Amino acid sequence: MDKIWTIIDKEWAEVFKNRLVLFTIAFLPLIFTVLPLGILYGVGSIEGGGNNTDLPPQFFELCGPIAPDECFQIYLINQFLVLFMMMPVIIPVSIAAYSIVGEKTTRSLEPLLATPITTIELLTGKALAAVIPAVLATWISFISFIILAPLFGAKPGVIAYIFSPVWLLAIFVAGPLMAVVAVNFAVIISSRVTDPRAAEQMAAVVVVPMLAIVFGQLAGVIVLNVPFMLTAITILLIIDIGLIYLGAQLFQRETILTKWK
Amino acid sequence: MITIEGLSKKFGDFMAVESLTLSVAEGEVFGFLGPNGAGKTTTVRMLTSLIGPTGGRAVVNGFEVGRDDQAIRRSVGILTETPGMYDRLSAEKNLTIFAKLYGVKDVAGQVAKYLRMLGLWERRGDEAGSFSKGMRQKLAIARALLHEPKVVFLDEPTSGLDPEAAKLVRDFIAELKAEGRTIFLCTHNLDEADRLCTRIGIFKTRLLTVDSPAALRQRLYGRKVVFHMKRLEPEWVEALRAMPFVKEAQAVESKLVIGLDDPEAQNPILIRRLVELGAEVQFVGELRHSLEDIYLQFIHQ
Repeated sequence: MDKIWTIIDKEWAEVFKNRLVLFTIAFLPLIFTVLPLGILYGVGSIEGGGNNTDLPPQFFELCGPIAPDECFQIYLINQFLVLFMMMPVIIPVSIAAYSIVGEKTTRSLEPLLATPITTIELLTGKALAAVIPAVLATWISFISFIILAPLFGAKPGVIAYIFSPVWLLAIFVAGPLMAVVAVNFAVIISSRVTDPRAAEQMAAVVVVPMLAIVFGQLAGVIVLNVPFMLTAITILLIIDIGLIYLGAQLFQRETILTKWK
Repeated sequence: MITIEGLSKKFGDFMAVESLTLSVAEGEVFGFLGPNGAGKTTTVRMLTSLIGPTGGRAVVNGFEVGRDDQAIRRSVGILTETPGMYDRLSAEKNLTIFAKLYGVKDVAGQVAKYLRMLGLWERRGDEAGSFSKGMRQKLAIARALLHEPKVVFLDEPTSGLDPEAAKLVRDFIAELKAEGRTIFLCTHNLDEADRLCTRIGIFKTRLLTVDSPAALRQRLYGRKVVFHMKRLEPEWVEALRAMPFVKEAQAVESKLVIGLDDPEAQNPILIRRLVELGAEVQFVGELRHSLEDIYLQFIHQ
């Protein structure tokens, strides 16, 4: 465990000196917190708070007996949920891309691999160094949103809805699982490219399924309810296991030194 | 300290290292010479358990490659071909990370010891990226020694350094030699190998020869002595050629080049004979073929 922490310490000391990465970690949670709050405030100031008849019919199931204006806010909040879930995908991709491709370009991986660290410790250290800030940033952003939402016009029913199993599963279970997907995807991409920005851009493909969910929700095809979230978590778990296996195969000493381009 | 038996490495159809058999004794500085792409770095990577062999076996510091890889990594130090420092981190932070990864007990103490020893103490807080090439190389050497390894692998330690920095590194290697560490030195710098190494191996996918530089010179060229004289008469050359222990005698301007088996014993006899013949011997020296001559001879064989 000491060696894993040493790697995390090293990664943070180095990666956080990179302004671009630091900007992503700081700016993204800020914008993803301010944006929903601003929209909430805007909707709250509209007379009637929105028109329930515009909502996808499947969404009424989520509202139940609550008032139409609250239901409209809940509908909007549900779109923001996907934003919160994007954070643990985008942030670790930046960190992992710079951390791994950066080591490739400075040729610092070989001395590191020559130490008595195991490949699992090294991969875990690098993965955690990317996952921890992403998950923490998401959680801090989420908690800030909960605290600030009432001040920006969120109805009491909306706050109660945020504490529903769908949100808690999304933020505290699906989020970290998605961060793991993103990191392993970044590792796989990083093994083939020599430019951190190229790795970051290629690995950003993992955001596409999130965008599909956003548009699916807006079109009323997808409703983020508990069964959906549990299915997503199961699929994420399977993808995580597959990607961790692939990432670990690519992160073997011999593969890194002889096959990584 | 290092025993290698039939060690091989094949990448697909490409044979990088073919059946290398070699042993390096404790406290020895072994020079591993060969052209680019000869397989030197691949050999070092196998011996430091960075990559696995496809054939043969090797024991380093009592641990077998492929079986005791973690123990090997713990007990050897390696200076890789490129220093590969973390440029955004300070020299001290760079070393601290590696000291922790090597499981060094007194991390701060060891880091300070090597920073001072290599003259980097005053710059310990500066980012490694701001260092000159020579300073980066010294930092990389310090990194390889933090855990006090008995066996040290140095891959091109003076490559690309200016003469002053190269001398500093060479002097430090000499200090390591004096401390009794076993050093496996890959180098293109033949003069460096000649000065530092107890034995050298000339390698090009397979080991072409191995011996001390002096023994290799004798094996290839024999020992030759040059007599510098005021003038040289052809009959003197003939007279010396007739002596039973003289292997060859050549006149080169006013110099006489004589091939001998045992110059220490035979030189006085030759000098006496030359004086008898009326020659005025100004001084006598041994003709040393450069290690470059030996290296090129083997590589082009």
